[in-house]
Amino acid sequence: MKIHEYQGKELFRKYGVATPRGVPCFSVDEAVKAARQLGGSVWVVKAQIHAGGRGKGGGVKVAKSLEEVRKFASKILGMKLVTHQTGPEGQEVRRLLVEEGADIRKELYVGMVVDRGTQRVCLMASSEGGMDIEEVAAKTPHKIRKVFIDPATGLTDGEAEAISRQIGVPEPSVGEARVLLQALYRCFWDTDASLAEINPLIYTGEGKVLALDSKMNFDDNALFRHADIVAMRDLDEEDPLEIEASKHDLSYISLDGEIGCMVNGAGLAMATMDTIKLFGGEPANFLDVGGGATAEKVTAAFKIMLSNRKVKAILVNIFGGIMKCDTIAEGVVAAAREVHLSVPLVVRMKGTNEELGRKILKDSGLPIISADNMADAAKKVVAAVKNRKPKKLRKKPVKKKSAKKPTKKAKRTKK
Amino acid sequence: MSILINKDSRVVTQGITGKTGQFHTRTSRDYAKGRACYVAGVNPNKAGENFEGIPIFGSVADAKQRTGANVSVIYVPPPFAAAAIWEAIEADLDLVICITEGIPVRDMIEVRDRMRKQNRRTLLVGPNCPGVITPGELKIGIMPGHIHKKGRVGVVSRSGTLTYEAVGQLSELGIGQSSAVGIGGDPVNGLKHIDVMKMFNDDPGTDAVVMIGEIGGSDEETAAEWIKHNMNKPVVGFIAGATAPPGKRMGHAGAIISGGKGTAQEKLAVMEACGIKVTRNPAEMGKTLKSVLK
Repeated sequence: MKIHEYQGKELFRKYGVATPRGVPCFSVDEAVKAARQLGGSVWVVKAQIHAGGRGKGGGVKVAKSLEEVRKFASKILGMKLVTHQTGPEGQEVRRLLVEEGADIRKELYVGMVVDRGTQRVCLMASSEGGMDIEEVAAKTPHKIRKVFIDPATGLTDGEAEAISRQIGVPEPSVGEARVLLQALYRCFWDTDASLAEINPLIYTGEGKVLALDSKMNFDDNALFRHADIVAMRDLDEEDPLEIEASKHDLSYISLDGEIGCMVNGAGLAMATMDTIKLFGGEPANFLDVGGGATAEKVTAAFKIMLSNRKVKAILVNIFGGIMKCDTIAEGVVAAAREVHLSVPLVVRMKGTNEELGRKILKDSGLPIISADNMADAAKKVVAAVKNRKPKKLRKKPVKKKSAKKPTKKAKRTKK
Repeated sequence: MSILINKDSRVVTQGITGKTGQFHTRTSRDYAKGRACYVAGVNPNKAGENFEGIPIFGSVADAKQRTGANVSVIYVPPPFAAAAIWEAIEADLDLVICITEGIPVRDMIEVRDRMRKQNRRTLLVGPNCPGVITPGELKIGIMPGHIHKKGRVGVVSRSGTLTYEAVGQLSELGIGQSSAVGIGGDPVNGLKHIDVMKMFNDDPGTDAVVMIGEIGGSDEETAAEWIKHNMNKPVVGFIAGATAPPGKRMGHAGAIISGGKGTAQEKLAVMEACGIKVTRNPAEMGKTLKSVLK
């Protein structure tokens, strides 16, 4: 799960990670009011969306007067912010963070992730802060310093001070940097984070060390013990189809192609997508129905796949090991009937009662194409898309979340 | 021959009284020599009772002492699963296979750290895995037994149904398996590809290995480097997720391309360079293996 920068900074402050003072705002008037309350003569108006690269996309502006605050807030609120992480359609900005300006002497980078190799939390830091840390990692990996943190001790004083010096924190500020890094680790560990990133971390003219940005992701498997973090979830930032899928315990991710696929198991689902691509098609989604694909789940899965208007055919690939193929076939037939399936459907089933399952599909009278193996299924579904007669355009495109007005939204939480 | 488990293994099920634990204990017991191998279950509140004749004990240590159990399989729900793993490790079993999906990563970091610091000899497979099977002898986990065939090819994989797919293809070609090991799709787990590969290399009952990976991390690359310098048996490979976009988590917590690292293309290239025969078509995993058998 992801949260906004301003929410991340609230968590930071709770743990003692120093940040500039700031106020989250949902309207232009609120932004101006916030700037006035903060005082000073320089403010930063920052778009709050989950995707990174906001600065480059024009979502972060420095204002030197309240008039400018108003100008930038009106411009940014409601804009479709396009960054390298949003895709070309962009993400609508519904929230702002207005912050006091900081006297930036130097921009640094700090990040934390779980390292699979050492099975520890890895602190990464670099003297090269700012917008292009991915480039730094690719071109000059030696400029990224790392500490693999012992979970029994946490980030030690020595480790925190050493890495601070390595990335160029001036000697008088090393103590402050140590405090910040140790607080960041406690924040990461306590909240079951999967990613914490400060880019940039700065030191100011007065020698202060501050987190100018905050990016935090959390381990979905641990959310059951963090009601406070679940409450920060912003459904506006998530794909409505992915939200719908999660309600049915389906793992779904929208992609750009035209072949919907429904598979049991994440590995097999990825392999199925790969096979589609191998035979010249493009998958429209990743969809793992999991172990117990009941008729209800299959129906929900079909509805979700079909609400993506790009879908021109569907491929179902089920390895029915424990699950029986006849049960799956009944589910598929029931689902196809309920949603009045209008696109070609290719089904490949393997496992217990395979023959019986195929018979059910055949006897259903529905135009379901059976396939023997994954390659056969992929070939057939790609052919089905190519041979499909062009239909007249459907009248109404689905209303996307972006059609809504950028008004203040009540907080919604999962379940 | 086989690796990790065989007909002489004695299994205790942790979480035997839950719906999942019951179902899979039953199907596993009914597979091959399972009736002799499944000797105990654990539930602190139901000690003294039994599940279809399998005695239930209050702790793993108790079960081990009373039945000689040396392997545990865990179906305990995610919030309690890490503690269950640790209980089995403290009881000094040979092997723990954790099927449970959805354990917080932090819990696994702590368990793995304690295992290392205390030099525990217990091996851990999983979590979030289908388990281990030695066809014709013993099945420990949730995989469908009937698709397997006794034989001499090893299978190691991060995913469940994709492993079944590979096994199904092998069996259809008449190629049996020595053991099939699902190491699980979580970022912090027990045995990795390289560990299982070493065991297959040492197993006189294994002639060749199918290694199935996924996007994310670099475990496949690490295993490939080891194979290049040490493996004396042919290995074929497949990596799922060539079509996965960066930054999107594909179902498994570990299956994510982050910072441009862990792509399928990158992994396949390293594997190929290390002498592994890779296929980019998952429908041809069996065929590819057949092509390397002498």
